[in-house]
Amino acid sequence: MSEIVFEGTPEQAEALKKCIDEHRGEKGALMPVLQNAQAIYGYLPVEVQTVIAEGLDLPLAEVFGVATFYSQFSLKPKGKHKISVCLGTACYVKGSDKILEAVEKQLGITCGECTPDRKFSIESCRCVGACGLAPVMIVDGEVYGKLNPKDVPGILEDYMKD
Amino acid sequence: MTCEELKKIAAEKADLINVRRIVREQAEKLAVNTGYRKQVLVCGGTGCTSSHSAQVIEQLEKSFKELGIDDVLIVKTGCFGLCALGPIMIVYPEGAFYSQMTPEHAKTVAEKHLVKGGQIVKELLYSQTVHEDGSVIPFAEIPFYKHQMRIALRNCGVIAAEDITEAIAAGDYAALAKVLTEMTPEQVIAELKASGLRGRGGAGFPTGMKWQFTRDAKGDKKYVCCNADEGDPGAFMDRSVLEGDPHTVLEAMAIAGYTVGADEGYIYVRAEYPIAVERLNIAIDQARKLGLLGKNILGTGFNFDIHVRLGAGAFVCGEETALMTSIEGHRGEPRPRPPFSAQCGVFQKPTVLNNVETWANVSPIIMKGSQWFASIGTEKSKGTKVFAVGGKIKNVGLVEVPMGTKLGTIIYDIGGGIPNGKKFKAAQTGGPSGGCIPAKFIDIPMDFDNLISIGSMMGSGGLIVMDEDTCMVDIAKFYLEFTADESCGKCTPCRIGTKRLLEILTKITEGKGEPEDLVKIKEIAQHMKSSSLCALGQSAPNPILSAMEHFMDEYEAHIKEKRCPSGVCKSLLNYHIDPDKCRGCTACARKCPVGAITGTVKQPHVIDTAKCIKCGQCLETCKFGAVVKK
Repeated sequence: MSEIVFEGTPEQAEALKKCIDEHRGEKGALMPVLQNAQAIYGYLPVEVQTVIAEGLDLPLAEVFGVATFYSQFSLKPKGKHKISVCLGTACYVKGSDKILEAVEKQLGITCGECTPDRKFSIESCRCVGACGLAPVMIVDGEVYGKLNPKDVPGILEDYMKD
Repeated sequence: MTCEELKKIAAEKADLINVRRIVREQAEKLAVNTGYRKQVLVCGGTGCTSSHSAQVIEQLEKSFKELGIDDVLIVKTGCFGLCALGPIMIVYPEGAFYSQMTPEHAKTVAEKHLVKGGQIVKELLYSQTVHEDGSVIPFAEIPFYKHQMRIALRNCGVIAAEDITEAIAAGDYAALAKVLTEMTPEQVIAELKASGLRGRGGAGFPTGMKWQFTRDAKGDKKYVCCNADEGDPGAFMDRSVLEGDPHTVLEAMAIAGYTVGADEGYIYVRAEYPIAVERLNIAIDQARKLGLLGKNILGTGFNFDIHVRLGAGAFVCGEETALMTSIEGHRGEPRPRPPFSAQCGVFQKPTVLNNVETWANVSPIIMKGSQWFASIGTEKSKGTKVFAVGGKIKNVGLVEVPMGTKLGTIIYDIGGGIPNGKKFKAAQTGGPSGGCIPAKFIDIPMDFDNLISIGSMMGSGGLIVMDEDTCMVDIAKFYLEFTADESCGKCTPCRIGTKRLLEILTKITEGKGEPEDLVKIKEIAQHMKSSSLCALGQSAPNPILSAMEHFMDEYEAHIKEKRCPSGVCKSLLNYHIDPDKCRGCTACARKCPVGAITGTVKQPHVIDTAKCIKCGQCLETCKFGAVVKK
């Protein structure tokens, strides 16, 4: 994948500034600010981390340290449609590894990657708590449960259209 | 508000809630007082929301408008527990239990049952609630619910989770009022100690002692924390409490605040639980508005407020010191102990931290007394335990049973047994920190100490059922992948140990294992247990050790015979065609991507195992069940 250039809009910068101002001076503010920043930009490029470090008066190294520690934070942009296959225990014993394989095969990328057209990205997660529907995958927040690898192409087809 | 005002709110809606707690005739009489002819409770927990319960509610509202129904109340509740059959909908006062609802079904129920003079639509009820002779059984009497005892989950699936007045009517905040007006902190601690309540997060530490230590710690500022970072995959009991009865957690935290002398609390909750987070925030807002959080609570001069902090996907943050470091806004790495969090916790101040389920047990103990609580359970494990039962079992869901309930009762009587006629092999408890319970211990009473004695642990309550198709080496590898991935890297034994153990297990599942590997596993495990900084590393070897203890034959089959008895480990499998079943249709040969299958039409085909890449296409393609892997 080629190097992705960071392109932030003025609205995004404004939203980030507002969020930093709200949390400035609060104890343990870094995590909520990073979470908000990721919601605004979709990921946490170094440009955004720099703004946060300056805004909260923290060393950039500390911001980077926290941003890389937690799996929820991503330093790379995700696809337009985010696919997450649950590899929690309940899903795993019901064959969610086969679901992940089917998704990877269908999109031609592996877990953790984004398709070249940046339409889809795949990640695995550990338990969304919908164990009654195991195995499950989540596409853009929509949960698909009681899956069979054969169901995968049909589900993804709907997202490929737009 | 004052205590009198609290009681008034509770009284106003008491009958509304009671209709949902008692069955049939009495409920029907009570319903008259409520102003509603019927009440429809629809599950709005994560499980049922994922299977589209919101659409069911939408359809009900639409149908009510069309049919002119205005005396039936729709209530969006938390989890009913029977997640496998969602979305679930219960109609009171009859207690009719509809399962696997669709908007279409909701329309039918509205038209045939919820209209005036309507009758229960038996075809749409959960089949076990309909007797052979056609009569309807109250759902509380079916096996799934009959063996349960709900203390922590008492209000889950009973009240509207986003309405504080329903929570108050169901009893929330009564214990807080009692503590603030009638009890001293010492009395609260004495009551907790006498109840025998132990922490439900995994370690089982006596809660009363924990509170005592924090109370005794010196400091002008103290904190109360709730651990809702339920990272153990397959466990979702804390989430259900937060989604179904968030106020019980807020109330108990305020009680702890009064007891230990804290005026501020944090709830650290997984970001992966959006519904729980939303309900918590709603609950905190409502409690603040009514003056049940904030300054001068219930006019007693006691101040207490709660903040929500979201996790960001790090399993280690379930460990108490790592959780506190994370609340402070740092990398969630554990700290060495001592100092213990009772003296030096969040922001280096004395802190009491309990798990969600532990908090949910506090109010009932205050209201009903320690004697009552201590009468439930076993000698050293009092009360109940919530288990999230998942995996190869019919009734996947959430069950709460008295401590000491037999594993067999949970799996067969409540869980409905193993689907597809398969044989029960083992149950895994304690997640990545626990171990497996083999079938021979099916009669073991489940409590903290018994589980440890057989090499597993209670953990937070995830209970994953495995059948004969599950390979115990593969499952141990699965857990090691998890802990290796989630090890924070701060201490060497855990960082390197998990990695090395995973390498050895991978080698074994690939058929490259040697007998010495088993010795190495034990040695590494010993070092990790004795010298890791936190519980993650100390307990990471447990899944392998317990699998080796109970299923050594499987390890030996992988190592000595290069065979996976359950047919899971890909590298050890070969695909074969059963010549008696093969009709020579050529379908598999045409599908095979590497041309490994040969044979003439209408003659049995053969797979060349040297060429085969084990993709499994032939197995999926064959209509006659002739392709087998072994």
